[in-house]
Amino acid sequence: MPSLPRPLTLPPDPAGRRALRRRRRGETATAWAFVFPAVLVILGLSVLPVIWSLLLSFQANDLVTPSRWVGLDNYRALSQDPNFSQAVRNTLLYTLLYVPLSIVIGLALALALNRRIRFVGLYRTLFFVPFVISATAQGVLFSFILDPDFGAANSVLHHLGISPQGFLTDSSQALFVLVAITLWSGTGLCTVIYLAALQDVEQSLIEAARLDGAGRWHLLRHVTLPALTPVSVFLLLWQTIQSLQVFDLVYVTTKGGPLGSTTVIVYFIWEQAFKNFTAGYGAAAAYVLALALFAVGAVLRVTRGRSLRTKAAA
Amino acid sequence: MTATTTAPETAARRTTRPAAIRRRLRLPFSGWHALLAPLALLFAVPLIWLLVSSVMSNAEINRFPPALWPSGIDLGGYRYVLGNAMFPRWLLNSAIVSAVAVTSNLVFGALGGYAFARMRFRGSRTLLVLMLATMAVPFQLTMIPTFLVMKKLGLIDTLGALIVPSLVTPFAVFLLRQFFLSLPRELEEAAWIDGCSRLRVLCSIVLPLARPALATVAVLTFLTTWNDLTWPLIAINHDTQYTLQLGLTTFQGQHHTRWSAVMAGNVLTVLPVLVAFLFAQKAFIRSVTSSGLKG
Repeated sequence: MPSLPRPLTLPPDPAGRRALRRRRRGETATAWAFVFPAVLVILGLSVLPVIWSLLLSFQANDLVTPSRWVGLDNYRALSQDPNFSQAVRNTLLYTLLYVPLSIVIGLALALALNRRIRFVGLYRTLFFVPFVISATAQGVLFSFILDPDFGAANSVLHHLGISPQGFLTDSSQALFVLVAITLWSGTGLCTVIYLAALQDVEQSLIEAARLDGAGRWHLLRHVTLPALTPVSVFLLLWQTIQSLQVFDLVYVTTKGGPLGSTTVIVYFIWEQAFKNFTAGYGAAAAYVLALALFAVGAVLRVTRGRSLRTKAAA
Repeated sequence: MTATTTAPETAARRTTRPAAIRRRLRLPFSGWHALLAPLALLFAVPLIWLLVSSVMSNAEINRFPPALWPSGIDLGGYRYVLGNAMFPRWLLNSAIVSAVAVTSNLVFGALGGYAFARMRFRGSRTLLVLMLATMAVPFQLTMIPTFLVMKKLGLIDTLGALIVPSLVTPFAVFLLRQFFLSLPRELEEAAWIDGCSRLRVLCSIVLPLARPALATVAVLTFLTTWNDLTWPLIAINHDTQYTLQLGLTTFQGQHHTRWSAVMAGNVLTVLPVLVAFLFAQKAFIRSVTSSGLKG
């Protein structure tokens, strides 16, 4: 920490103030130099592509030859494409399973850890550590563990006398297995965030409720959970947005198979744009996804605003 | 565990332990462990298995039912990935991309964040709002045009294609701006009156105070660039330019029967992040929770 410079303790001298104001007016150039790299990269690789994507979605484009204008054809085709509707269904099922489970399990673990007992730090580390592991590494690891022939999972089942399972190679199981893998790696995030939030819950509130004779369950239901609402809303938004965009894990483990049972929206977009070279079609699908994500964000923003307002009123 | 050691022995050991650890060990041993310990083990088992299978021989893995514990340590998998395959090259590529991304996010994020926090210039409001709005744009929407831009720039199939889009994120700019706003203004004004340039003020007064925020930016940038698969998959075709993540998944596809080598490669992919996490666990968790709670 640097020692405080002298002028701070003295009344500011007026000449200095005036010079300061003059310099401030002259610093537009400096400011632009400071923000230029950020503005260039962010506008050039974000704002421009958003517009470009919109144009692409009205065109037929193979990433090589000049594109052709096709109007709404891409969107029309999308609405009739059974592969796309399957991708939407798979993504929604995945999201509906993963998001609530990760939040509920994450909260339960956080509540269990939020007490003064030994090894809390160790538990927190163990629950959180899978989160820093890339989806690729997770996918490769679980492809091995769940390999029907050489995997440890079937070996354990064999020792327990249970018949071997197909896991990721079985179209009726694959999506659920993916949810389980993501729960392994993503629940720790919820736990850690809830734990941090639990530290901020007013102790006086809990004490007061306890004096009023509230039991453990009432305390949780009427004091702790309401205090955690903003965090829960945030996690709901965050986890939903993440799981609507799942791709890496699917690419590494199943490549959308077997029989399209794990084709999710982003996998569909990637396949259309970079495998089938129908980039316009892929861009249209990307716009549909982006609008869905935007809607999720908007709904949550409204809910959050309302909950903040009721809190202020109370 | 401590229950098995005799009382005088633990007492003797306790005196040599730092105070913080001593305090922790005095905490009660509770019934919650009966629930938490098995759960924690469940979370740890896949990682233990990753490590164990990377030192198993292929013969042990390929018999039925496969062995669940190695009879000895076999480093054949590691020898294979470090000798025959291109893993060292991919490790280097990943390291280059991540190092450049972290450094440039810190530099450009700090410059941009400082200008938005402290300097008044025409259009700053509009730019800030626009930048904030781009944080809500999903990557899938921009990936196709970004590919076309990179192709126009002649960067496809080079590390440049991986580096340029991650040079600076709106997240870094915005997070640092918020942190700079929370610092007291007086220190900077004083230095300014004394004639320091804005850059001097930023480097010698603001940045030393902003270490926690800079750590957050560094940690999250490293995590996302090191772990990314989608963009390298799109931008890179040639295996000399692969990152570790892309290399690992391709390697798995080509060596489906050499599981111990695949797992050795997987350990090498995961290890840098794991080591970074274990050394800077506090910074990691603070980064994630702070960005989460304020998001």
